[in-house]
Amino acid sequence: MAHDSSAKTLYQKIYASHVVGKLNPSTDLLYVDRHLIHEVTSPQAFSGLKLANRSVRRPDLTFATMDHNVSTQRRSIDAAGDTSRKQLEALAANCEENRIPLLDLTHPDQGIVHVIGPEQGLTQPGMIIVCGDSHTSTHGAFGALAFGIGTSEVEHVLATQTLPQQQAKTLKVEINGELSGHVTPKDVIMAVIGKLGTAGGNGYVAEFSGSAIRAMSMEGRMTLCNMSIEMGAKAGLIAPDQTTFDYIKGKAHAPKAEHWDAAVAYWQSLYSDADAVFDTVVEIDAAAITPQITWGTNPEQVMAVDQSVPSPDSFTDATKRDAAERALAYMGLEPGQKLTDCKVDVVFIGSCTNSRIEDLRAAASVVQGKKVAAGVRALVVPGSGVVKRQAEDEGLAVIFKDAGFEWREPGCSMCLGMNDDRVEAGQRCASTSNRNFEGRQGRGARTHLVSPAMAAAAAIAGKFVNIAAQTTVTAAGEQP
Amino acid sequence: MSKIFAQGLVCPLDKNNVDTDQIIPKQFLTSVSRDGFAEAMFFDWRYLADGSPNPEFVVNRPEYKGASILLTRANFGCGSSREHAPWAIKQYGFTVIIAESFADIFFNNSVNNAMLLIQLSKTNIDLLFNRCQQGPQQWQIDLASQEIMFGNNAAMGFNIDADIKQRLLSGLDFIGSSEQLNPQIADYEQSRKASQPWLG
Repeated sequence: MAHDSSAKTLYQKIYASHVVGKLNPSTDLLYVDRHLIHEVTSPQAFSGLKLANRSVRRPDLTFATMDHNVSTQRRSIDAAGDTSRKQLEALAANCEENRIPLLDLTHPDQGIVHVIGPEQGLTQPGMIIVCGDSHTSTHGAFGALAFGIGTSEVEHVLATQTLPQQQAKTLKVEINGELSGHVTPKDVIMAVIGKLGTAGGNGYVAEFSGSAIRAMSMEGRMTLCNMSIEMGAKAGLIAPDQTTFDYIKGKAHAPKAEHWDAAVAYWQSLYSDADAVFDTVVEIDAAAITPQITWGTNPEQVMAVDQSVPSPDSFTDATKRDAAERALAYMGLEPGQKLTDCKVDVVFIGSCTNSRIEDLRAAASVVQGKKVAAGVRALVVPGSGVVKRQAEDEGLAVIFKDAGFEWREPGCSMCLGMNDDRVEAGQRCASTSNRNFEGRQGRGARTHLVSPAMAAAAAIAGKFVNIAAQTTVTAAGEQP
Repeated sequence: MSKIFAQGLVCPLDKNNVDTDQIIPKQFLTSVSRDGFAEAMFFDWRYLADGSPNPEFVVNRPEYKGASILLTRANFGCGSSREHAPWAIKQYGFTVIIAESFADIFFNNSVNNAMLLIQLSKTNIDLLFNRCQQGPQQWQIDLASQEIMFGNNAAMGFNIDADIKQRLLSGLDFIGSSEQLNPQIADYEQSRKASQPWLG
């Protein structure tokens, strides 16, 4: 089949424009435009740098925040506990010594690294962005090639502002059509993971395209790209468009007025050529997606909320069958059970997946005028100081607090429970986060991943709810 | 230099999708050191709630004590990018992991810690698990010839990226080899500033 060999995918364009040189026939050295760091995966990188007498090459392209460990009860480094405090202090000292800008707990805009990058205008189309955190894929929503790295790589980027890379395979996930009411980008990505599996994206960079993606806000696109790591993809990507440019304009680190037109002109060249060939193409009908919920202990163990928990016997692959059996035992579920009959103990609305203003609006519209069910502990943890202030200004915080939710300070919180926000053993949690792994939210914790609206509805009902079937949901802004 | 990269006892961990939260749970990530993670490896599986070793967990079984080769299934190391995961595995004593597939970030992190990760087809992984069912296995891994040697002249070949093989054999400094391109990095920065001044 003849095709124009110069045709490139978006990923291939960004990759090619960042090649500094070749390290060997299969490995290129790529330049990194933005390096985001946080307290957990950076201290050993700074120690390594010091040990080798190296310095930070581009502190001006490096940005730090405190998020994983911080208390969300009080915005104080002392509230995090002793070992966490030491790690936070190490970050502050490393940033000061190397002149790296840091949004610490005294900064009004501090928050989760993947929320603040875009908010501060640090995330821009065409960039390569790395961070010692797997959910760096979030920034792909802007048409940036963004991926998580380990601590040795953090040290490498600090020293050289580059990273050795090999070309990944390309996957196109084309989602056309309109989403039905109450179906959110979270449901879309969970449905995609259910279809492709947790390893379906291994070795690939996934580009999301199609009319359903074009119709999404930047917040929605970030949720989508955020969880592309949950199908094993190296990165998620969405070609930038007017929605992207409008979001970036005016942000603190956005291109200044004198460069704006040139930047936009460049950004408009960032798309996959019409005749570019992807290694794999998957097509999904947006209208067929329904609200999703995980039933097991990895994100591919997911179903529509109105379905029944599957029987392990329904899996033909022996290892998948064993995994399902083990997952059901851990989750305390029986085959055939409906999760809409299942009580929840904890509701967590937050994380780099779903803690942005739009997520909080969606949750608040479900909660408004209602009360959290007796016996349910419910938390809202905004993704950043900016989100928190906006939610307070819009009256969302009051809606949550009046309903009985705890309204917290920004941080990663109960997504991974590195701080004191944990789910107890045996408790069932409706969570807007990204991983339902065993013990992720606390040893023995049972996590069900859902959208913000589904989590909010579960808090009110005290059990899981099919939000699409609910007729009495009050729209935002209306009086109950 | 010996052509044997590693030799020793094989521990079969018969699971798909072992994620990095299982390899090392969050409570151990507050450390600022690269050391001291051996005890944390597979913590929630390895220890019961009262802190005593879980006798059911394969790593704790007496016949696998001192194992240095970990055999497992698909998508090993998925999830978080925490390099604490390969640190814990290596500090426990495993220098080789054989699996059907690995998550990308975990794979890179392990290579950066001079560990050898061998990827094999499901059929071959099944064959290796079958061998383990016959009793504890002692294997040698020859990286130069890319073979897992079972003894008695029986062996299984494996593929490995030429660059990674070279790095593991030569022990090249990860950062140092990139720094040899410092002049090109400086050139790139100059042209980047000229063509896209908004990038900083």
